[in-house]
Amino acid sequence: MATSEVKHNPEIDPATGEYRVIAPGQTFRSVTEKIAGIVLTPSTPLGWFALFGVGGAGATMLLVAVTWLFLKGTGIWAITQPVAWGFAIINFVWWIGIGHAGTLISAILLLFKQSWRNSINRFAEAMTIFAVVCAGMFPLIHIGRPWLAYWMLPLPVTMNVWPQFRSPLMWDVFAVSTYATISVVFWYIGMVPDFGTMRDRSQSKIAQYCYGLASLGWRGSVRHWMRYETASLLLAGLATPLVLSVHTVISFDFAVAVLPGWHTTIFPPYFVAGAIYSGFAMVLTLAIPLRKFYHLEGLVTDRHIDNMGKVMLATGFIVAYGYGMEVFMAWYSASHWEAFMMWNRMFGPMGWSYWVLITCNLAIPLTTLWSRKLRTSIPYMFFISIVVNTGMWFERFVIVVTSLYRDFLPSSWGTYRATKWDYMTYVGTLGLFTALFLLFVRFLPMIPMSEIRMMLPGAKITPKATAKAGD
Amino acid sequence: MPAREGTYGLLAEFDTPGDLIRAARQARHDGWRRMDCYTPYPVEEAAEAIGFHRNKVPLVTLVGGLMGLTAMFLFETWVSVWAYPLNIGGRPTYSWPAFMVPAYEWTILFAGLSAAFGMLALNGLPALYHPLFNAPNFRDGATTDKFFLCLEALDPKFDLVEARAYLASFQPVSVAEVEY
Repeated sequence: MATSEVKHNPEIDPATGEYRVIAPGQTFRSVTEKIAGIVLTPSTPLGWFALFGVGGAGATMLLVAVTWLFLKGTGIWAITQPVAWGFAIINFVWWIGIGHAGTLISAILLLFKQSWRNSINRFAEAMTIFAVVCAGMFPLIHIGRPWLAYWMLPLPVTMNVWPQFRSPLMWDVFAVSTYATISVVFWYIGMVPDFGTMRDRSQSKIAQYCYGLASLGWRGSVRHWMRYETASLLLAGLATPLVLSVHTVISFDFAVAVLPGWHTTIFPPYFVAGAIYSGFAMVLTLAIPLRKFYHLEGLVTDRHIDNMGKVMLATGFIVAYGYGMEVFMAWYSASHWEAFMMWNRMFGPMGWSYWVLITCNLAIPLTTLWSRKLRTSIPYMFFISIVVNTGMWFERFVIVVTSLYRDFLPSSWGTYRATKWDYMTYVGTLGLFTALFLLFVRFLPMIPMSEIRMMLPGAKITPKATAKAGD
Repeated sequence: MPAREGTYGLLAEFDTPGDLIRAARQARHDGWRRMDCYTPYPVEEAAEAIGFHRNKVPLVTLVGGLMGLTAMFLFETWVSVWAYPLNIGGRPTYSWPAFMVPAYEWTILFAGLSAAFGMLALNGLPALYHPLFNAPNFRDGATTDKFFLCLEALDPKFDLVEARAYLASFQPVSVAEVEY
C-alpha cells in the first residue's frame, strides 16, 4: 500500500526511492556542462554587464565615502554623544549576520546530511565571504585612524602595549578573523575538484592555465577523495561551533555593557537566530534571480525555495521569542530603566523603527510562511526575502540607536540622524557586495558540480551491480 | 627527482561506478596492490575496494586544534600576567574564563587550517603534473562522468600484455597505456 503511494508520488525518484531535489533527466555530463558552461562561455550576457555596472557604481560611491572619511574623520558621520555607535556598527552586525547563513548551509546542513543543500551551498558560501568583507570593513573605518588598525592585533607595537584580553571587543577580533579565514579555506577547498573539471573542460589556454593552477592538480583519485571528504566534514564540524561563537561574541559587545536594552542574557541565541534568519533571506534574494537568469530551475528547484522558507519560519520564531522576552524582562525585572527603555523604544521619538522591525520580521513573514502555496510562490518568496533583510537591518538599528539615545540621565539624552555619508557608505557596501558576487558568478562554478553528481540517480550503487566481486 | 620514463600504468575506463567497483574489488582480490581509481565524485566503495583505510586527516586536525588552543591560552596568560598586567575593574590578571574565548577561536582556526592543508599534504597536492594527464581519454571524463581504474607499472605483478588482457576481462570501454 505504502509502496504504491510512493510509486505515484512524482516527487519521489523511482530509481532510488528517495525525495527528488534535482529535476529528473539529469546526467553527470549534462549537469557538468550546464554549470561549467555558465563560466566557460566566451559571451557574457548583457544583463551581467548592466548589473555589474550598478554594483561597480555602488562600489565607487563607497570609495568616495571612505576617502572623504579618511580625509575628514568620523565627524562626517552622524555619530556623536550619546549615540557613538551608529551605522557602522549596525551595518557590521547586519553583514556578519547575512554571512552566517552561508556557513549554516555549507556546514550545519552538511552534518545533518541535508543533501538538498548541495545546490545552494557554493554561492551561499560566496555570499558569506563577500558579506564578511563588507562587515569587516566597518570596524576598521570606524576606529577613526584606520592606518592604526593593526593595533587591534596582539603585536608588540612601537609602544610595547599589549591588548586587553578580557574585553569582548578583543574577542571580536579573533572571532571575526577566524571566521573570515575558515570561510575562505572551506570555500576554496570545496572548489578544488570543480576547478579540476573547469581545467579539463575549458578550451582557452589562459583558462586552462588559471583553473589548472587553482585546481592544485586535482585528478580525482579515490584516495584523495576520501581524505577530501574527511577534511570537508571536519571543516563543517569546526565551522558549526565557529559560526555560533561569532555572533555570540558580537552580541557580547552589547550584552557586557550596563546599558538598558543591551545588558541582557538573551542576546547570544537571539543574535545567532537573527543572523541565520537574515542570511537565509539574503540567499533567497540571490538565488531567485540567479536561477531564473541562468535557467538553473532544474538544480535549484522549488523544493529548495520551500525548504529555505521553512528554515526562515523556524528562525523567525526564535527571533520573535527574543523580542517577546525583551519586553517581558522589561516588566519582570521591575527595573525602572529597563521599563523606560522599552517604552521609549516602542513609543518614543524613534518608535517608528521598532514597528518597522515588528512588521518586517514578525507580522509579514511569520503569518504567511506557514502556507506551502506562498512558500513555493517565487515572487512572494523574493518579496519576503527583501522584507526580512529590511527588518533585520532595523533590528540592529533599534538595538544600537534606541538603546543609546536615551539612557539613564535625561540631561545626556540626544538623538541620531544619519548623514548622507552614512547612507553612501551603507549603499556602497551593497554595491561592493553585488560587484564581487557578479565576478564570482562569472568566473567560478556557482554550484558544486561534484556534489551534485553524488545526488544523481547514476551515482546510486545497487548491490546487484557489484555482486560478482571477489568473494 | 630523476625523470622517469616508460609506462606509468594501464588505465581502464568504465561508464558506471558499479563496473569500476566490481573491477577494483576483483583486482584487489587477485593480488594487485599498486593501483588507484579515478572518479568524478567521491565513491567510497571504490576506496574500500582498493583497500584504502588509513586516513590521517582527523589526527592532523586534532593535533592542530590542540596546538591552537595551547598557543593562544599561554600567550594570553603571558601577556596579561607578565608582559603587560592591567587592572581592569580589580579582576585578577589571570582571568582564565575570559581567555577561553580567543583560545576557542584559535582552536578552530588551527584545526581548520590543519584539516585543509593536512589533507592537501597527505594527498601530495599541489601536483600540477601527473602522468595520468597524458592519457587521451582522461581529460574529457575523469572530472566529468567517467570512472577509471589504473593498474600501475610499479606493481610486481605488472606485465604490459598480461595486465592489458586482465583489464579487458572486465569489459571496460577502453584500456589505454599511460606514459610518464
